Amino acid sequence: MWSASFWACFLGCSTVLALVVPAFNLWIPPSSAIALPDYAVPLLGKYLCYALLALSLDLIWGYAGILSLGHGAFFALGGYCMGMYLMRQIGARGVYGNPALPDFMVFLNWKELPWFWWGFDHFAWAAAMVLLVPGLLALLFGWLAFRSRVTGVYLSIITQAMTYALMLAFFRNDMGFGGNNGMTDYKDILGWDVHQPSTRLGLYIASATALGLGYLLCRFITSSKLGRVLLALRDAESRVRFLGYSVTNAKLFVFIVSAVLAGIAGALYVPQVGIINPSEFSPANSIEIAIWVSVGGRGTLSGAVVGAILVNAGKTWLTGAAPETWLFALGAIFILTTLIFPRGIVGLLRETRWIRRRAATAIAAGEQA
Amino acid sequence: MRSALASALPLTRMSSPVSIAEGGGRIIRLLGIAGVMLILLTAPLPVRADEFATLVMGLGAESFAEKEQAVTALGKLGDKRAIPVLVALQDGHLVKVADGRVLISETARLVDPVTRTAISEMTAADRIRVNNLLRGAIEGALGGLTLFSADPATRLTAAQDALRHPSADEAALLERAITAERDPAVRAAMETSLAAARLVSGSKEERLVAAHALGTTTDPQIKNLLDQFRAAPDIDPELRQAADAALTSIENRLWLVGIAANLFQGISLGSVLLLAAIGLAITFGVMGVINMAHGEMIMIGAYAAYMCQQLFREFLPAAWIDGYLVLAVPAAFLTAGSIGVALERSVIRFLYGRPLETLLARWGVSLILQQAVRSIFGSPNKEVANPRWMTGGFDAIGGFTITWNRVAIILFCGVVLGVLALVLNRTRFGLYVRAVTQNRDMAAVMGIRTAWVDALTFGLGSGIAGMAGVALSQIGNVSPNLGTIYIVDSFLVVVFGGVGSLMGTLVGALSLGIVNKFLEPIAGAILGKIVVLVAIILFIQRRPRGLFALKGRTADAEA
Repeated sequence: MWSASFWACFLGCSTVLALVVPAFNLWIPPSSAIALPDYAVPLLGKYLCYALLALSLDLIWGYAGILSLGHGAFFALGGYCMGMYLMRQIGARGVYGNPALPDFMVFLNWKELPWFWWGFDHFAWAAAMVLLVPGLLALLFGWLAFRSRVTGVYLSIITQAMTYALMLAFFRNDMGFGGNNGMTDYKDILGWDVHQPSTRLGLYIASATALGLGYLLCRFITSSKLGRVLLALRDAESRVRFLGYSVTNAKLFVFIVSAVLAGIAGALYVPQVGIINPSEFSPANSIEIAIWVSVGGRGTLSGAVVGAILVNAGKTWLTGAAPETWLFALGAIFILTTLIFPRGIVGLLRETRWIRRRAATAIAAGEQA
Repeated sequence: MRSALASALPLTRMSSPVSIAEGGGRIIRLLGIAGVMLILLTAPLPVRADEFATLVMGLGAESFAEKEQAVTALGKLGDKRAIPVLVALQDGHLVKVADGRVLISETARLVDPVTRTAISEMTAADRIRVNNLLRGAIEGALGGLTLFSADPATRLTAAQDALRHPSADEAALLERAITAERDPAVRAAMETSLAAARLVSGSKEERLVAAHALGTTTDPQIKNLLDQFRAAPDIDPELRQAADAALTSIENRLWLVGIAANLFQGISLGSVLLLAAIGLAITFGVMGVINMAHGEMIMIGAYAAYMCQQLFREFLPAAWIDGYLVLAVPAAFLTAGSIGVALERSVIRFLYGRPLETLLARWGVSLILQQAVRSIFGSPNKEVANPRWMTGGFDAIGGFTITWNRVAIILFCGVVLGVLALVLNRTRFGLYVRAVTQNRDMAAVMGIRTAWVDALTFGLGSGIAGMAGVALSQIGNVSPNLGTIYIVDSFLVVVFGGVGSLMGTLVGALSLGIVNKFLEPIAGAILGKIVVLVAIILFIQRRPRGLFALKGRTADAEA
């Protein structure tokens, strides 16, 4: 697992993502054909956030058999925490120029800041919330669901219900999170202007770092003893339980880790796209995450990253070139990957090249979901 | 009210004002011929012809105060002929000619309102001016007068309007109107308004009777009136007591009506959910996987209804249009059903045993179907009209209207459920479906062609979804994302009720519908929905397989 070839691969990819991309943006003159224009940096950063999100889903779906169709909720919650921090950084520079309240609260005639906004002036508090809010929700939800052995399709449906309920809640103006419009018009992050190319490059590098660390963490979990238990319970949950392992705790732990990773992805995503609104909670978004993982290859970790980047790059290209065909293409990807390439891109590669070497530890998705 | 007047009274043929309306004192040429009168209505016997004539003359007075007196008096007179005069005055079509007569100017014609003869001579005419105070008086007088209109609907509106300005004059008018009234509904409305007027202006005995009578109504307006009445500082304690009693009685009634209304709306919503979820429950039962494309089957059914409507509009006589539903229901069933079978044969059958991936493949199918419909029909909503027998509704109790389309959907839902129960419990196919639901392997061993059962069940479930789409097209617009609106709710119905159980789906849908509607007034529509969602998520903890879970070892085998 932690062989030299793995490290070589990992460091190679990290270098490309975290160093070469910024270099192409900074040191190659914009007139050059291979230069990376400024607008592409946050776009790539966005893909990396999606990749981290896909990674978090692969951790629970690929290894523990928990298909969460509400993972977008954790992503959005992380994003909202970051959005609240960014809103507080606007200060008196909003449209209404109110130093104490964000614009939408002034608009709603609110007189003072609700208690759950306290502390979001400080980055440390916001960062803690980015980890805590998705983590606690996952703890609560997972504890309820796994304790009573809600599995398979039922779990997928109630996670979907969870994100749907959150979407409806965040659409309400009274919730105090900007309602329908969400939060936007950010100015600064940690004192740097979010519109500056240099800030965006910084955010990009932060996203790449988070993705790299997230990958290592997932890799560590899945190759540990706990990872083996997860694989086992994915394939035969009752048997693992009878062997004396606490299935509930194992699932709960990995579910919380996954939710926190998704929250971090959301927090990095928001300053790069410049807006967070309740549509991030929509069940359709959450299902899309599953397809990124599926395309790249379930239960491979690297596949999730590849899938997220490829599908989203395809989406960017296709929605620009022929917008009405995007849903056809996405639908076709859903059907084809599940029907014809159930192992995804990375699974396919491994099958052909490393099939003998990896036979013992093959974790390809197949017989059981 | 104006339009109601215009249609109700042939007398008021108001056309564009003649040029005399433009400025006073202009001499105009009147083209009308006395013999060709526009209005040939035999005027009602002029019982108080003289008084009426005098009052009409009074409208031509110089001062606004005198005019107002005349208007008020005309209103009290209760003579139908006053209506066109007042309308004309309001519209600036009432003129005064040089010899002092007051005339209505219709298009190029002056009519003597007293004798209803057209005046054909060339004459100088002054438009009678009105000010805002006078306009108010005219509105009031007209409101009273329409109580005597020939059209029951106009009378009803007038009687209900009278509730808004109860007074002694109103009471007198209403009393007279009631004696002449034949229509029981209008009469009841008039009596309510009369009671309100008496409460405000009558003697103590009258007021007591009125308060008692008002206690049997449910109108919020009357509640306000009673509230104001009892809050008056110098009120007789006995009267206050009577008003309080009436208020309590009204509140009790409103509460009951509220419950009945919520219950009906809950059942109505529940039946919609049931229609949407029942196909889902069957396929889920047989195949163990939620059909993510189920919402799109509903949408396809709704578009089938739209197509049928368009076909009837284009190719069949206009009188047949109401029959399009007869074609739409089977068409929707067959379209959605055949798409379902095709889908099962081409995609889903390769994915058995991989429930989570099936979920994703079906989601892909749903995206493609949605986009296909959007490409064919366009994204804007399509409107499917209710057939005539389904439009409107009836007033059940106290201002709560039951609409026919809701009733029809509840009945339709009952029929579908009944037929489905028969199919599942009384036919060979139903037996196979139940066998495969309970234990697929054993059923296969017994010689049931499970693949064939799968395909047909999927077709049946999709077909029912299509019929649900026809029902939904009757209560809302048809759009490509129609299915997604109901899909999460129908998932929850199935999960709540239990897999593959008609009974579970029925109980799940109805309880979800009713709980939703009862929560709405308390918590608001969205918050109510969130509460329901959270409640279901918690409920799943207790009973992970739903209310009516299948019992036995096999029930745990899938996931």
